[in-house]
Amino acid sequence: MSRTYTIKDNLVENRLFLNRIAAAFITIIVLTSGLVIRLVYLQIVGHEHYATLAKDNSIKIEPLVPTRGIIYDRHGKILAENRPSYSLELIPEQISNLDDTLLRLQKILDIPDEKIEQYQKQRIRQKRFTSTPLLISMSDEEVAKFAVVRPYFPGVDIHARLVRHYPYYELASHVVGYVGRINETELKTLPIAEYRGSNHVGKIGIEGFYETELHGKAGYAEIETNVQARAINIINEVDPDPGANLYLTLDIDLQKTAYDALDTFNGAVVAIEIKTGGVLVFASRPGFDPNPFVVGITNNAYQALQSSDNQPLYNRALRGLYPPGSTIKPFIGLAGLEYNAISYQHRLFCPGYYQLPNVSHRYRDWKKGGHGGVNLNEAITQSCDVYFYTLASMLGIDRMHAFLQQFGFGEKSGIDLVGEKSGLLPSREWKRDQRNQSWYPGETLITGIGQGFLQVSPLQLARATATLANKGNVVTPFLVDKIVRMGSTSRGPETHDKTIPLKLGNVNNIIQGMVNVVHSARGTAKGINNDITYQIAGKTGTAQVFNIKQDAKYNENEIDFKLRDHALFISFAPADDPKIAVAVIVENGGHGGSVAAPIAGKVIKQFLGDQK
Amino acid sequence: MKTETRSEQFQPPSLIGNILRKLHIDIPLFIGLVFTSLLSFIILYSAGSQELDILLRQGARVGLAFGLMTVLAHIDPYQFKRYSALLFNIGIFLLIAVLIMGQIGKGAQRWLDIGFFRFQPSEMIKITTPMMIAWYLAEHPLPPKSKQLFIASLLIVIPTLLIAKQPDLGTALLVASSGAGVLFFAGLSWRFILGIVAAISSLTPVIWHFMRGYQRDRVLTFLNPEADPLGRGYHIIQSKIAIGSGGIYGKGWLGSTQSELDFLPESSTDFIFAVFAEEFGLFGCVGLLILYLLIIGRCLYIASQAQDTYSRLLAGSLAFTFFVYVFVNIGMVIGILPVVGVPLPLISYGGTSIVTLLAGFGILMSIHTHKKFLPN
Repeated sequence: MSRTYTIKDNLVENRLFLNRIAAAFITIIVLTSGLVIRLVYLQIVGHEHYATLAKDNSIKIEPLVPTRGIIYDRHGKILAENRPSYSLELIPEQISNLDDTLLRLQKILDIPDEKIEQYQKQRIRQKRFTSTPLLISMSDEEVAKFAVVRPYFPGVDIHARLVRHYPYYELASHVVGYVGRINETELKTLPIAEYRGSNHVGKIGIEGFYETELHGKAGYAEIETNVQARAINIINEVDPDPGANLYLTLDIDLQKTAYDALDTFNGAVVAIEIKTGGVLVFASRPGFDPNPFVVGITNNAYQALQSSDNQPLYNRALRGLYPPGSTIKPFIGLAGLEYNAISYQHRLFCPGYYQLPNVSHRYRDWKKGGHGGVNLNEAITQSCDVYFYTLASMLGIDRMHAFLQQFGFGEKSGIDLVGEKSGLLPSREWKRDQRNQSWYPGETLITGIGQGFLQVSPLQLARATATLANKGNVVTPFLVDKIVRMGSTSRGPETHDKTIPLKLGNVNNIIQGMVNVVHSARGTAKGINNDITYQIAGKTGTAQVFNIKQDAKYNENEIDFKLRDHALFISFAPADDPKIAVAVIVENGGHGGSVAAPIAGKVIKQFLGDQK
Repeated sequence: MKTETRSEQFQPPSLIGNILRKLHIDIPLFIGLVFTSLLSFIILYSAGSQELDILLRQGARVGLAFGLMTVLAHIDPYQFKRYSALLFNIGIFLLIAVLIMGQIGKGAQRWLDIGFFRFQPSEMIKITTPMMIAWYLAEHPLPPKSKQLFIASLLIVIPTLLIAKQPDLGTALLVASSGAGVLFFAGLSWRFILGIVAAISSLTPVIWHFMRGYQRDRVLTFLNPEADPLGRGYHIIQSKIAIGSGGIYGKGWLGSTQSELDFLPESSTDFIFAVFAEEFGLFGCVGLLILYLLIIGRCLYIASQAQDTYSRLLAGSLAFTFFVYVFVNIGMVIGILPVVGVPLPLISYGGTSIVTLLAGFGILMSIHTHKKFLPN
């Protein structure tokens, strides 16, 4: 077809086109009418139906909260459990006047203002249409009171929830820890899907460290609801994976003995099973009741705990740092033997003081007049300071630092708890880096008797003692023995084998000195050697307190007490086949032999007595 | 055609009117577009969780789109006709380029990255396809003969298939209908139109065979949304709940509970009509439809007044395609058409569709304001 004989008839084309425009317009009007008819059908005829559906969109996805794992001690006694409890919960979006509702609830149930504040804070953080608890652990009376008025409170309901409970209260609060309401920072880091529906998260202790294992995996249910938001049908359900149960190495009865033995003192006791590294006792006194933290501790109660001079929230066993005092002497003595700085028959004369060459300052022994001629064994038994000044001077700080480091001083033990302190094992480098000063010979001397810069935690002391008792096979302390999930059991943290190369003869000589501390007539802890068929090896220590809290009120008796020395004792037993190592620190306890040693004695005797 | 005579007289001797006329802007159409765009901001503010950020971004796009419209309105329609074939071929070339890059990238590929900005060739094709077909048919006497019909159909099918393969069913549909629109206005015989409809119905199984899994799912879901309420039928059920719960008067601006609660998916984009219907009710919906009809009516009027075949066909097709936009989007949201990705024109959030739409209106304005001779 060529353009030469096709003549465009504009008039015909124009008419055709206008017809088509008209046809298009009619079609468009017809189709639009179709849309309008459909809209009328949806918005007038179906309005009621759809309005109902919209009001409570008929399908809800409800998270199914996993049951938190239970924590047991080594004998299966429950340290943390879940108790059913009733809580009063509100869905703010379903309440027309929230402030008024809260006010009315407050009158009926006597809710303190503080709980209301807490609720308001938590409510803001929640997703819309989430049920948020106002009261947890309601009493039967409270439940009954609300049940009567429930119809007048739309959007408010009583829910049965499992609430964490710690049956041993303050006894194991630091080691077991507690769960608390999820806070804002945690909300950002926790996996949202797993914690939808969970209100609590492990904060400290085992509860915090093993949060992932204890929490489990959330499930969900797709629920069909009616207009009143009541479930009428469960369409699909994915069960939650409950959290793992944890079996600790801790012996709660032994823990109680240690805690009670501390009596009115502040302090810490750590006991380790030498063969495994499992921690038997991890006591810090004073403790605190962890249960209020679960329901939401009141501000006043929390402030009281925070500001108490006794610092109950402070985990002394894990984070408390003290000068080891004379308890360091067995390790210094062993260093002397290992480095051939001294032999164990070698006698040194103790005049009651020690002087560095060309220096007039006298470093005093705790015993005026001195111990006379002593060998290493006797120096340990009698805790002769002059002997260890001399030995420290012979070793020098570099060798002391290298040797003590192998026993875990100055570093974290790696126990399965958060917040461990590494303490301080001073060295030339440390002083140059941190203080910008060179090391003075006098500082070597006082390090030799466990004073000066040296700072250790009760856990480190127990670990070093266990390692010594284990003849140099380094003991790694841990708390969780077994993690029991549905159908599978796994071990707690891995321990790695590490051995300090020590001569057995040297170790045995030191151990003999420590046995004499308890069992010889001149031993500093001879008070605890009764009623036993085995030998306890130990070493007393007394640490000077050189700083008082700056803001402490001036009170003569109080200050006097606070200025008293810390009493320390390290020990293990039986001496010939060590099973348990115990470290005790009693703040302001005075003398290690009279105050700290009996506590360790009770723990050892109970543990070894149970074994038979 | 009394009303149209009146609107032709609607030329206020104001300063703004003069400026707009100098810019070759058609005032009634311009007012309709500005009004719809303002409505878009009002709904987007509510549907987009009242975030100003969304409004600012949309504002920038609308500004750009109006700018492009003004530029195109200024160009003589003869130039469009002259470059129709070239632009169409460039569009096809870019579509193939995108498809090849998509093969390499393994996935849906619609964008072409040209260094500083990203460009969607399928949007350009929405305008160049009717331009191409209008150009081709205008060269011959109308109504088209079978040979021209065959070539025109080929010119429609090629870009449509290329886009459907991306895969972008919504855009493919719009491209096909813009081409079909030209054929319709060119005087395609009614018998032929009926024949095509019959052929498409009988070809359904073949089309089904070539559909992708998710496209099949959409059709199945459309046929029975309640079968899978949490999965594929979710969109339709939720939007029907939103629209139905709006009732006659609606829940008022910012009163939408369904989009607020995230029950309604894509509430700012393809399903924005559901939010509108929930907040403004049946009255609002009918009002919006009337607004659209006024725009379409004005466009058809412009087409009827156009002075050459190319301009008429192109103007008619652009008006028709705009209606297809409206009908397909609202139809899918209210559950009478399957869910294909077509935005509500001038209202939905998203830049590319509004730019293309206003480019089309720019061409319409160009056609209307560049008359070579007065009608007798």
